[in-house]
Amino acid sequence: MRLFPIRGGIHPKYRKELTSEQPIVALPMPARLYLPLQQHIGAPAEPVVSVGQKVRKGDLLARGQGAVSAPTHASTSGVVVEITTVTAPHPSGLPQLTIILEPDGKDEWTDLPDPIEDPFSLSGDAIRERVASSGIVGLGGATFPAAVKLNLGSQQKIETLLINGAECEPYLTCDDRLMREYAAEIVDGARIMAHALGAPGIVIAIERNKPQALEAMRAAAAGFDAIEVIDVPVQYPMGSERHLTQAITGRETPAKKLTAELGVVVHNVGTARAVHQSVRFGRPLTRRVVTVSGGAVAQGKNIEVPLGAMVSELIAFCGGLREEPRRIVNGGPMMGQPLPSLEVPVVKGTSGILALTVAEANERPTQPCIRCGGCVTICPCGLVPVEMAAFIRKDNLDAAAGIGVTDCFSCGSCSYICPSHIPLVQYFNYAKGELAARDRERRRLDRVKTLSETRVERLERQAQAKREAAAAAAAARKAASVPSENKASQ
Amino acid sequence: MLIAIGSLAALGAALGTVLGVAARYLAVEEDPLEVELAALLPGAQCGQCGYVGCGQAAAALARGEAPVTLCTPGGKSVAEALSKRLGVKADLSDHEESVPQYAFVQEELCIGCLRCTNECTTDAIVGAPKQIHTVIRDNCHGCAKCFKICPTEAIKMCQVPVTLGDWRWNKPGAAALQ
Repeated sequence: MRLFPIRGGIHPKYRKELTSEQPIVALPMPARLYLPLQQHIGAPAEPVVSVGQKVRKGDLLARGQGAVSAPTHASTSGVVVEITTVTAPHPSGLPQLTIILEPDGKDEWTDLPDPIEDPFSLSGDAIRERVASSGIVGLGGATFPAAVKLNLGSQQKIETLLINGAECEPYLTCDDRLMREYAAEIVDGARIMAHALGAPGIVIAIERNKPQALEAMRAAAAGFDAIEVIDVPVQYPMGSERHLTQAITGRETPAKKLTAELGVVVHNVGTARAVHQSVRFGRPLTRRVVTVSGGAVAQGKNIEVPLGAMVSELIAFCGGLREEPRRIVNGGPMMGQPLPSLEVPVVKGTSGILALTVAEANERPTQPCIRCGGCVTICPCGLVPVEMAAFIRKDNLDAAAGIGVTDCFSCGSCSYICPSHIPLVQYFNYAKGELAARDRERRRLDRVKTLSETRVERLERQAQAKREAAAAAAAARKAASVPSENKASQ
Repeated sequence: MLIAIGSLAALGAALGTVLGVAARYLAVEEDPLEVELAALLPGAQCGQCGYVGCGQAAAALARGEAPVTLCTPGGKSVAEALSKRLGVKADLSDHEESVPQYAFVQEELCIGCLRCTNECTTDAIVGAPKQIHTVIRDNCHGCAKCFKICPTEAIKMCQVPVTLGDWRWNKPGAAALQ
């Protein structure tokens, strides 16, 4: 297959060797599991269990609400001990409504929905329904409900299902290990998803720095003509949905549009495996593979974690910390977000936990911009980071939006490359948040305006009704005061 | 030299006359600026700015008598929109502090007098005579009119809590990017 170049990008130190030879191991069941109601993009799930209720592994704990949402299931059998707020695995450290489960140690499955023997004879809707009820979301980290994305085939003709095994973030090796150890499951999940989408072709894209994964996936896909396993260049951010699509189609996804416009839908390898588990065995999403790495961790590992385990348990399982970390990062070092503490749960979107040392965090004081243009050269979206940051610094967010700050997907390449250590991507994150907040505020004020206009109308209507009633009463009185008529009517 | 001065002066006088005539004969009755400003205001007629309603506030803004930060429930975004339209620099430092609020009825204190219901400009309070009233939070825009009128102080104004959905990063430190 012919590959196309993508714009810009960087080549950071990958440090994948810390964990790439560590096979996936299961985390011993923790004493308590913390399952937040919002582990996905969209509306939070609504609890359907009550405190004290006994549940078995795979039982529904909270159901999805609305079109874009995902349910949450019990990661093991046990008792619901509390439904309360717990610190979210989010840089804000805000509390979030969470179901707390105390495992009973049996880890027994509930009565699962029947396995689907031949998913290829089923309609796309039946598969989507199964995927939706299994609570599967994009496991690459974006956590967008997978079933919604599998529905794109009904709106557009999808030519290719692109399975993303690029894993371009440094340190992370969970997808690499998944592909090496569960290649057949990923291939099966991919075939099911392609069937649901109505996509004739499947492309599995893996960066060249994972030769064993490439080999395993090629072997697993050998029997299927529709599947092509390709090796893509090692270039951050190759694993971005839009850039990977560009690498295989040569076309750029238009701003604010989906890759589906180009006939391509992208899913992560972990999502493919989860779909396999859900369709073939009826198992909902209750665990995921997490890379625990970084210089401050005693022994980095790839751990299969029941959702809801505390990050501190993962660190302890890795032999604890070797030194005081400068930063705890949720996800990869490029796009990951700092964690407020170690006492936050692993959720569906947790791909990695990194404990970075002072040397790795590499925090340096900001210096004046030297106009080297490095950020402009490497921006994979073709934006001008230096100019956007200058506008944002002067609080001119509209100007920054005018030159495309909302098209930035925060890959962090500009901040990485900047010789003056200017926090470029941090400016863009701030600007995007602020612009979104203004948008919400505008919508709120529009709503207030509509409400008060409706009220004025209502008051007018009431006054009108009163006037009419008064007029009618006056007319009736007048009629009553004429005795002849009154008699006639009697 | 003289020709240049003369021709420019003549041009100026001619165009000035045209403009003067246009101003007299093509004048618009309503101040278009006022209409535009009124569209930027929330339109809830809450009266917190001290004017009777948003129309009067817009008129005062157009005359330059009111500061662009007059609208409390509109907050920072309205102040910014107004300052942009009027081309004046707004001092938004105070507005940073004001967080969105909503009204909450403490049921044990409510006597069901209906005063707040009648006062609410967005019909956000549900109630009937001698029945406990309640606020529909999504419809409340935090103007605090009900808070002021309640005879039993049953209404309290609460801060709208920050959620994961609307939390956002702060601007990187002022020391950065010099």
